[in-house]
Amino acid sequence: MVLAPAVLRSEWTKIRSVRSTVWTLSLAAVLTIGLGVLISFLANNGFSKMSPHDQLIFDPTYTSFAGMTLGQLLMIVFGVLVVSTEYSTGMIRTSLAAVPQRWTFLACKLAVATALAFVVGMVTSFVTFFAGQAMLGSHRVHIGDPGVLRAVVGGGLYLTLISVFAMGCAAMLRSPLLSLSILMPFFFLVSNILSAVHATQKVAYYLPDQAGRKVMMVVTLGDTRPYGPWAGLLIMVGWVVAALAGGFFLLRRRDA
Amino acid sequence: MIELQGLTKRFGEKVAVDHLTFTVRPGIVTGFLGPNGAGKSTTMRMMLGLDNPTAGDVRIDGKRYAELKEPLKEIGALLDAQAVHGGRTAYNHLLCLAQANRIPRSRVGEVLEAVGLTPVARKRPKGFSLGMGQRLGIAAALLGDPRILMFDEPVNGLDPEGIRWIRNLMQSLAAQGRTVFVSSHLMSEMALTAEHLVVIGQGKLLADTSMADFIARNSRSFVRVRTPEPERMRDVLAAAGIEARTAGDGSFEVTGSTAADLGELAARERLVLHELSPQQASLEEAFMGLTAQAVEYHAREAGEPPTPTAGAPVEQAPAWGEQWRREHGPERSGDGEGV
Repeated sequence: MVLAPAVLRSEWTKIRSVRSTVWTLSLAAVLTIGLGVLISFLANNGFSKMSPHDQLIFDPTYTSFAGMTLGQLLMIVFGVLVVSTEYSTGMIRTSLAAVPQRWTFLACKLAVATALAFVVGMVTSFVTFFAGQAMLGSHRVHIGDPGVLRAVVGGGLYLTLISVFAMGCAAMLRSPLLSLSILMPFFFLVSNILSAVHATQKVAYYLPDQAGRKVMMVVTLGDTRPYGPWAGLLIMVGWVVAALAGGFFLLRRRDA
Repeated sequence: MIELQGLTKRFGEKVAVDHLTFTVRPGIVTGFLGPNGAGKSTTMRMMLGLDNPTAGDVRIDGKRYAELKEPLKEIGALLDAQAVHGGRTAYNHLLCLAQANRIPRSRVGEVLEAVGLTPVARKRPKGFSLGMGQRLGIAAALLGDPRILMFDEPVNGLDPEGIRWIRNLMQSLAAQGRTVFVSSHLMSEMALTAEHLVVIGQGKLLADTSMADFIARNSRSFVRVRTPEPERMRDVLAAAGIEARTAGDGSFEVTGSTAADLGELAARERLVLHELSPQQASLEEAFMGLTAQAVEYHAREAGEPPTPTAGAPVEQAPAWGEQWRREHGPERSGDGEGV
């Protein structure tokens, strides 16, 4: 058995007893919600000045999720720090001496961190949706409208998955600095640039974040992704599984 | 009991640990001695399953480390006192380790008390001094009340009070019948605490012996004689059938004769002496001699006695053996410092 209650309890103590957990997750929520509210407010004010085409493809749900572009970076920081501080502090040697079943150790750590990211991600997604819609006035949608609940739940899953992807990468790379200096620019700049440039767009749509975003869209008239919302999320899950597999594989082989 | 069988670790071309086979027996302090870079830490990491051996294996009471369900209850280790998250309080650090091995929470308070860290239990180890960090590492090792304890260079960087504390702790742990395995690069430290000695150099086993045997074999006493007429001195000693060897600085090291006899002999022969002094080779020297061949770079001329390469001053009398005998003799005196 890979998950052990005692190790889960231990990992929960670890995660709740460092400050970085609180500041990364709360900043992720604040940035996502704050920016979502601001952009929804601006969109509502500027709606009449939009071109007819832009008005046609306007997606009130996705607009309220605009803050996730920044919020996801904090989820990535959370995921990276949860795993890589074991290595950067040397704690990994103490941890593995206590739990020499390495897969149990990593599985329990990831389970606890994922559960926490899931709760924070879901709450953030729902709060940013309702707060954002409140700013959109007459352009607002309701949670019961077709596809909207799926998009909001999808937003929570997206934040969770991006964080788990970061955990998998950090398990492979070990160094927090290296992990962050690859993941942060990639998800903040590279992925967005590649998906905006026509020549690379088709390929970029298969990157984890670009694929995962599809599930948060309700009005997809302006979107050229060649897959549906759940298929997009599945592509993202594929990336996450690959990162985790790499992390588990290397942990078993490497010297601590 | 810890058994190492042909334990080998290679890092690329370099062999860090080379077919180590020895047993750490229960109820005594076993010293694990070797110069810096001899492979002590790598060996200890392999014993804890942290590094994978290239060949050979380690058994803890017959089991591999990875097979131990709750290892902290069987073996406690201090490898690297810095192996803690600096932002997690001492209490929480120990709590998460206790929880992983289903050790009752009350034990955390007990070990903090035992190492004297209760006042800083809620502080973050980031701000701890070296000694406090070392105590926290020892608290973690004691957490599961294990029968086997391992310490890697526990006195490194500690002040004399901290050194004495650790020394007494190790002896009291062994006195409770526990297996204590402690590494050091200082013979002097081992002579004070260890009952058995395992010496390695360049990853190879050089000695596996009781401390008493090691001292008996290695605490050589001799008389140093210095004279402006070494040629005549040599003849005189040879004629008298006295064994002597020439030291690197031109003096003689005479064994099997007392300073008084040598003085009278020199007077009879009208030989001028510039020095006549009884000497005792220290255990540190004996250790250096043992490991000198195994140290990669060392400058030593032929005929010269082995010299320390690690920069440690050569100890003159009283030798470490004397120190040890005082510590471990029948009339054990509390804590004869002297180091």
